[in-house]
Amino acid sequence: MSKTDTSRTYKEKARAAIEKKASLGEDIDISKFTSEDENPTYQDDPSKLPAKAKTQMLDAGVMLDDPSQRSGTYIQMDNTPVHSSVSQDGVEVMPVGQAMEKYDWMPDYWWNAVAVDQDKYTANIELNRYSGYFIRALPGQKTVFPVQACLYLAKDQLVQNVHNIIIAEENSEMHIITGCTTASREETGLHLGVSEFYIKKGAKVTFTMIHSWSPEIAVRPRSGVIIEDGGLFMSNYLLMKPVHTLQMNPLARCIGENATARFNSVLVTGEGSSLDVGSRVMLDAEGARTEIISRAITTGGVIIARGYIEGNAPEVKGHLECRGLILGEKGIIHAIPELKGNLAGIDLSHEAAVGKIAEEEVEYLMARGLTREEATATIVRGFLRVDIEGLPPMLADELRRAVEASEKEVM
Amino acid sequence: MLKIKDLSVAVEDKVIIHDVNLTIKNGETHVLFGPNGAGKSTLLMAIMGFPKYRITKGSISFKGKDITNLSVDERARMGIGMSFQRPPVVRGVKTQDMVAACLQGRGDGDTISQLAEKADLNDFLERDINYGFSGGEVKRSELMQLLAQRPELTLLDEPESGVDLVNIALIGELMNDLLEKNCPIQQRKCMGLIITHTGHILDYVNARTGYVMCDGTIGCVGDPHEMLATIREKGYEECIKCYLGRLPLYE
Repeated sequence: MSKTDTSRTYKEKARAAIEKKASLGEDIDISKFTSEDENPTYQDDPSKLPAKAKTQMLDAGVMLDDPSQRSGTYIQMDNTPVHSSVSQDGVEVMPVGQAMEKYDWMPDYWWNAVAVDQDKYTANIELNRYSGYFIRALPGQKTVFPVQACLYLAKDQLVQNVHNIIIAEENSEMHIITGCTTASREETGLHLGVSEFYIKKGAKVTFTMIHSWSPEIAVRPRSGVIIEDGGLFMSNYLLMKPVHTLQMNPLARCIGENATARFNSVLVTGEGSSLDVGSRVMLDAEGARTEIISRAITTGGVIIARGYIEGNAPEVKGHLECRGLILGEKGIIHAIPELKGNLAGIDLSHEAAVGKIAEEEVEYLMARGLTREEATATIVRGFLRVDIEGLPPMLADELRRAVEASEKEVM
Repeated sequence: MLKIKDLSVAVEDKVIIHDVNLTIKNGETHVLFGPNGAGKSTLLMAIMGFPKYRITKGSISFKGKDITNLSVDERARMGIGMSFQRPPVVRGVKTQDMVAACLQGRGDGDTISQLAEKADLNDFLERDINYGFSGGEVKRSELMQLLAQRPELTLLDEPESGVDLVNIALIGELMNDLLEKNCPIQQRKCMGLIITHTGHILDYVNARTGYVMCDGTIGCVGDPHEMLATIREKGYEECIKCYLGRLPLYE
């Protein structure tokens, strides 16, 4: 089928789904938002972007003044790409529209890991003005420094439509940092983001996403991951600032033998926020593995922390860990860990705990000379610390810094 | 000096300790014997200042200052430290974070490594504190933290319980370091109060004053080695009978 035919089919499917409510999360009236942005201008040198925008982006892990620590950069403001560049061989970074023009095989990756008619949000992306990044690691190529991408919401009342395609070719290795942030703390907006990941045989991808939204923004990411033989996908998600409403439940399918998916999520939120965040993994091939770890802290908002692992092949193994901390009098954390085994010989487990900080732990630290505030901060910092196996030290440092910043938000 | 005067302590609404008097001078180590439920741990917890252990009567003074109403952390910063019998697991807080907290800026990463080496806990620094630790590892970790904290008064709640024979010598060594047993007596400042159920630790740590505690009161004061011999020979029941005969019963 030609690109045009394929596109027509997707448009039809999307039109049929444009009223389809998502199965989870508060329904958002998309008609209140516009897809038309102010056509921000392209910047060859991203360090010349406005200082305020750069500061916001830096908070979300995107460094524009020192690109030497990155192998590539993509920046999207509202629905327009304003910069894309590569500083290392072996990796491609470009706006997804450009990749569509460049590669005939792009339809193979288009709406393949995520369904276009999943809900009204995926449909809206297909039917309206959108952009997104295309990031590809070439076969056998291993990039040391991460590729960074920023999805920046600038205009009030805008719906940001994003469709990303990430491909790790066989035996390649790459790290991606995506920072999502907004220009203003007061303006409203809606972020819709589809990300389709294709992890080929023996490839490794770490995907670190830092969300630094504002209290008036609604967010509906839709991610799908397909992992082939011996591939590894590791997602680190950090929500560090309050957001009005956020619902996502990415799905990873381990279709190749010994494929591995790991999801680590750190959610920190306060009053007025409503989060429904999960991770789903289908272990569809022999020897597939997964680990889902989530940490949630609320000082007043509502957090639904989901996890779902399904074992459909022999010798698969999965573990789900969901821990929540309620600080202060208000706040709700609802942990929903789910496991489904469809045959014998599989090994799935979970642990979940929700509560407040144990007084006994605080007093233990106080007996070492820490004040109550210091003891509480130390315990919160420890709670948020997710040791991520296999994360390069530089990335681990950056994640630690981001978590420390979110800890300040809580304390 | 630690001076405890007419101390009564309640947990919730139940008075556990009655009219305890005890003085530990600088450089001295005292030992508290007693059967299970005698109130030994309650006394230590009250000296450390845990809010659950409410002082209903009497006073505690340390280094000449009345600390009866001070919080746990204020007492810790004044120089009181405690080795817990069953410390909690704090997930996400690494053993090295605890040692660093105890150091209060007095050392660096090297100091932490040296202390871990001493306590044979090098492999534990990166682990969550007390998570999956064996009995002996818990005790060594407690002592390692105290060596970082360097308290003037160390409260040790059954430092040898759950420790095997190989490890008990190391525990003794760490305690001797903490209590400055290697210094000449005149130069020692550090004080210790040790709860022991079995008395094994006395083979490794020297102490000159012992108490037998029963039903929340201190019945006997004397040489701890002699006391231990009596307890071993005749059991706590004989001890209790002996001092019940000598002391007025608490109403």
